[in-house]
Parts: sequence; C-alpha cells; structure tokens
Amino acid sequence: MIDFGFGVNTARAINMDTNDLDTAREIFDRLPDLQTCIACGSCTATCTAGAITSFNFRKVHTLVRRGEYGEAYAEMSKCMLCGKCRLVCPRGINTRGVVMLIKKKLGDY
Amino acid sequence: MKVTVIGGGVAGIQTALALKGLGLKPVIIEKEDTLGGKLRGWHKLFPTMTPVGEVLEPLLRELREQNIPIMASTEVLGIETDGVITSHGKVESRATVVCSGFDLFDATLKEEYGYGIYDNVITSADLERMMNNGKVALVDGTQPRRIAFLHCVGSRDEKVQQRHCSKVCCVTGVKQAIEMRRWFPQSEIYNFYMDIRMFGSGYEEMYRSAQQEHGIQFIRGRISEAAPVPGGKVQIKAEDTLIGRPLKMTVDMLILLIGMTAGCSNSHWAECAGLEQSDSHFMRPLNVFEGNVRSALPNVFYAGTVTAPKTIGESLNEANAVAFRVAEYLKGL
Repeated sequence: MIDFGFGVNTARAINMDTNDLDTAREIFDRLPDLQTCIACGSCTATCTAGAITSFNFRKVHTLVRRGEYGEAYAEMSKCMLCGKCRLVCPRGINTRGVVMLIKKKLGDY
Repeated sequence: MKVTVIGGGVAGIQTALALKGLGLKPVIIEKEDTLGGKLRGWHKLFPTMTPVGEVLEPLLRELREQNIPIMASTEVLGIETDGVITSHGKVESRATVVCSGFDLFDATLKEEYGYGIYDNVITSADLERMMNNGKVALVDGTQPRRIAFLHCVGSRDEKVQQRHCSKVCCVTGVKQAIEMRRWFPQSEIYNFYMDIRMFGSGYEEMYRSAQQEHGIQFIRGRISEAAPVPGGKVQIKAEDTLIGRPLKMTVDMLILLIGMTAGCSNSHWAECAGLEQSDSHFMRPLNVFEGNVRSALPNVFYAGTVTAPKTIGESLNEANAVAFRVAEYLKGL
C-alpha cells in the first residue's frame, strides 16, 4: 500500500464520559483540600524539581482530577518531597500528601 | 414634600421607607400588579442561604404600616421637572428617584447553548423557580446525575453587547451548586468559569466550602457549544484552560448563570429626560463616588440596579443613601 503520509490522530479532547473518574474521586475523598486549588501556580513556581525538569505539579494534579492518569505516576516521581510547595500554597493544601496519594493510587496505571 | 419613586423592587421599597422616615411623602409607581420586583420568584439569597421572604416580607409589611401610596400596574411615560407622567395621569412631585432595576439576560440570544431548544438546558432563574416550587427534576421527571453550571452567560460578552460583569452570578453559581448538592447528594456537579469573582463578605468562604465540603468541581473554561444527545442529555465542549486541552462531557442538566442586563426602559428615560447611559445601557450616575445616587439632573436620582448590577444589600444601602440626598436637595430649594 502506498504511504501518502497521512495518519489518524487520536482525539486530544479530555473525554469526561469515557475517563475513569472513580480513582480521581477516591483521591478527593481522601484529600478534599485538593479541590480547593485556585490554580495560582505558586507550587509550580517554587518547585525544586520544576526548576530543572518539566515537572508541573499544578498541571499534573489537574489532569488527575479530570481522570487523565497517563504519565501522572512518572511525573509525580520527579517530586523530591522537599515541601516548599506546601509552604507557599495559599489554600494550605497538603501538597506532599497529594503527591504520595497520586503515586499510591496510580502506581499501576 | 412629595417624591416619586419609580419601581417597587427592593430598592424602590426601601427608598420609599427611608424618604417617609425623613418626613417626606413618597409615592411608588410600579408597572407590575405586585411589588417585590425580581426578588419575587427567587428562592434563597447568597451567601447566607436566607429565604427571600425573610427580606421581602418585612419590607412589604412596613410599607403597609406606613401607608405609603402605591400606584401598581402603572407605566411611567416621562419624567418632568415638576413630576412624572404615567399611564394613569400626571403625578406631581418635587423629586424623582428611579429604581427601575434591571432585566434578566435573555438566554435564547446565546443560541449555541440551546436554551429553549434542548430539554434540560435551564437558567439560574428557572432553577430558583423550580426550587420555590419544591421540585427540581429533568424534563422527564427523573433526577440529574451530572450537572453543569456555566458562568458569564450574557456577561463580559461582546457578541451580545454585554461588556460588563454582572457581578452576582459567580456567587449565585456557587450558591446554586451547593443547593443542587443538597437536592442530589450523589450527583457530579461542575462549574465552568472564566474568573471566579468573590467580592463580598462571606463569598470566598462559600466558594471554598463548595469545593471542600460539597465536592463541586470548578473547571476554568467557557463552554463553547452544547449539543443534544439521545435521552435528553446535553453534550458540552470547553477548553480546560488550566491544562490547555479541549474537554467534552455529557451532562443531564446544563444551568446557565444569566447576567443582569440594563432595564429595557433605560433608553426611554435617557431620551425623555436627557440623561446619560453607560456602554451597557445602565443609567450613568453623576459620578461613581459621592454622586453615585445622583443623575446629571438635580431633581432625578437613582438607587439600585438601574445604574449597574448590584446585590440586594447594596441596593438597600443605595436606597438609604438616596433618601438622604433627596432630603438634602429639597431642603435647598
């Protein structure tokens, strides 16, 4: 078959109808504070890992909250648990707890 | 001395009561057959979940006790220096306070959301009515399992000539999301917002409790379109702007948080009395500081949402302020 150079791309949209939201719900239930994130980005701005890698804590946990778990475990593994994000969070979210919980819940994803 | 108060919503009622308290003789002109304005038909008030009757009934009772004359089912045709021309003849007065309020944004103008076309797309005002009637349900009578609220419908939107922020819809969205959580404890509730503007006392706390205690999920992004899917559900599309990817989901009920739009009679006042309007057609006060309840004409005053979107509390405050300004003006005559 002649290769015309075309392919079928997978849809980029976050599909809330097909995503498994149960795991996300289990995470909220354990740490309801995570829901209070106002996306200020302080955590990411001060992140030690984020300064030297592409790790973006705010974005990764937002993806997890939408049921997008791919790479979340690998991403969260970049975290060194220094806890600076927790010091700067204006909502007082237990950010290290979020990292550990996501790794625990999504280890097998 | 006689003062005409145009409009019998909360601003008009409180203005009349305050004028009476200062020894003046107010008369209320109301186009509907009952007083209470938009508050009538609303269920509970943010941020305290106060039932509307607790605010409205004492005001109406006081109005009756004070024997303030009311001309209901009366249209105002024009404002003059010595009075107001109405559909029931001229009312002579030395000053006029315009408390004619706002209109609710007509959600059918945002056709992409399918209000009035698809089942189960309703407005925040419809939801208040449902709650007042004691039954919140889908068109087929069943319970919604997934509910989405959309903020800023008819606000901050050039496409429908509504540049302004309607200010109260953000907190109304939070309040109604919490109420829906109480109606449907097992449901998923999402609020799609552009900015969350929690300007008032207790609002931010309410927002936080919606997130933390009631499990309401806030997604930053404006729904671009809604489409019907079989079974009376609605599919919505938005961008999750905090992630930077498009998002779609099917919901059982879509609630549009409609904004406050300028009263349709504003252009009429403006024309007949030579008064100015702002970009969004709300009446322009003399200035937004110490002249916030005065117009460019010395004998015409404003209180409440005739000049901009306001909360009930703010409208009541302006009603008291305007009475003071009117008394000051009449003393100087």
